[in-house]
Amino acid sequence: MASAHSEAPEPPRISTLGVDGMRVSFGSTLSEAANRAALSFRAAIEAEGLMGVEETATSLTSAYLRLDLDHADHDSLRAKIETLLGSRDWYAAPLPQGRKLWRVPAVFGTDLAPQLEEAAKLAGLSPDAAITALCAAPLRVQTIGFAPGQPYLGELPREWDIPRQTGLTAHVPEGAVAVAIRQMVLFSVSTPTGWRHVGQTALRLFNPDKPDPFILRPGDEVQFQPVTREEFENIRTRDADGGAVSERLG
Amino acid sequence: MAEIILHRTGPGVTLQDMGRKGYLAQGLSRGGAADILALAEGAALLQQDADLAAIEIAGSFVSLEVTAPARIALTGAPMRALCDGAALAWHASHALPAGAQLELSGSAGGYSYVHFGGGIEGDDMLGSRSAHLAAGIGQMLEGGGKFPIGADRGSRVGMTFAPLPRFDGGVLRLVETPQTHLFGQDVLERFTATPFSKDARGNRMGQRLVSEGAGFETAAGLTILSESIVPGDIQVTGDGAPFVLLSECQTTGGYPRIGTVLPCDLPRLVQARAGAELRFCFIPLDEAVALERAEAKRRAGLRSAAYPMIRDPHDMADLLAYQLISGVTRGDDLERSAS
Repeated sequence: MASAHSEAPEPPRISTLGVDGMRVSFGSTLSEAANRAALSFRAAIEAEGLMGVEETATSLTSAYLRLDLDHADHDSLRAKIETLLGSRDWYAAPLPQGRKLWRVPAVFGTDLAPQLEEAAKLAGLSPDAAITALCAAPLRVQTIGFAPGQPYLGELPREWDIPRQTGLTAHVPEGAVAVAIRQMVLFSVSTPTGWRHVGQTALRLFNPDKPDPFILRPGDEVQFQPVTREEFENIRTRDADGGAVSERLG
Repeated sequence: MAEIILHRTGPGVTLQDMGRKGYLAQGLSRGGAADILALAEGAALLQQDADLAAIEIAGSFVSLEVTAPARIALTGAPMRALCDGAALAWHASHALPAGAQLELSGSAGGYSYVHFGGGIEGDDMLGSRSAHLAAGIGQMLEGGGKFPIGADRGSRVGMTFAPLPRFDGGVLRLVETPQTHLFGQDVLERFTATPFSKDARGNRMGQRLVSEGAGFETAAGLTILSESIVPGDIQVTGDGAPFVLLSECQTTGGYPRIGTVLPCDLPRLVQARAGAELRFCFIPLDEAVALERAEAKRRAGLRSAAYPMIRDPHDMADLLAYQLISGVTRGDDLERSAS
């Protein structure tokens, strides 16, 4: 997935997060390279198995490390992070292994996703052209967060740099696809949101009853496949996985 | 196997333990008891592991019974506790006879906990029995529900302890976040000079605070990228009011954070009564780390801080069952142990 951004990446910055956390930030604005760096760096930290690191996660452009203060101190951990940061160019590092490409049926517009026209207008496109654009290429799961299993997908072409609404939509349903700031969010729970609701899937992204309750991982890719309202209703009634199919991405 | 039978419950009653670790990368925050300290206190009173599940009551009410004799402990925000009409002391452990009606009500706010010897064995999901309502895991408990109680290896009841004071507000210590500097020195000074109180809208995800005067928003902070957030982080949303994230908070957020409350001070926030005054003060990270380590050590030693309740002998039908002689001291034990 090529990014339209071309500015030189910011050097990584280490800061503390709370009393027992550290954050390694690869950029204060979203870019493909900064997201790639965050994903790769977190995978490397996990592989190192550093003493005192209890848990790691990524956000759009940064990695987060939660420490066990009984077995770690900030100074020695910071030194190890600096060593690892200096060991390679994280902005050009390969993405972690084991990623998947998901093809996910979605209905765009209709009363199921009532803000397609509004969002298309903001992007300067007709509703049909908007659907084509939103489904044109796989989008990377840049991060999973806010709610369980919920992906932020990107990066969309520049015309999709549309703002969030100033007001909140009281709720969008589980499986809703919403757009803003060159990203799409696929909602794992019914929630209020300021993002515009343009599509609807029958995906259940988080199912706590399953042994592995999460469908997507950071670094996976998702390509939406537009379906009609009728096809969508069929998928919703007959397919527990919302019609999603996956293949390995090397 | 002994069971708890819930007869009546108000809103906000859930099963809670220490929560789920290891799912932050998948967007699931740890969750768990709003007042982790109260869990540790209940475990200490019952001399059992602190990761067993208990009933959390968020300013509400509960009536229940057990199908076999059980030990219970009551911790967190004090409530009126009646066992078949007789008052039970809070911050204490008790024997609950089979079929006796336990009635808990009248909290002044905050989170109260009922622990059972052997712990509550609700459904384990992803390594925890905690309801995480924001994530759609578990649910609020309702009248008519039943839960098995685990095997109780202990027998001692009638124990109490001096809880860490945390029901009347006070000063909450903060460390800086990567965005603290965005607020500017004058705003930070005003923030730490301002008394706050809890807004009625708080829940397990977070607690909004209110104050007199202007808000604390920063224009510079409105364009920051979403990133990992942690319980204790104080987000300043568009209205300028601080919103402190709690155990069920989302895992990422894009509002600027003015500071992060020390985990060891969070119990004083979640347990502050309505109207109690809360203030903030920044401390250096190394001091915060030392305070956290000291509190972890204190929590681990709570078991030895529990002592038998002093009861009026007239109220003690089982007086002869007590060994009244051991425990006599030389009179200077405290001085000697302090030196």
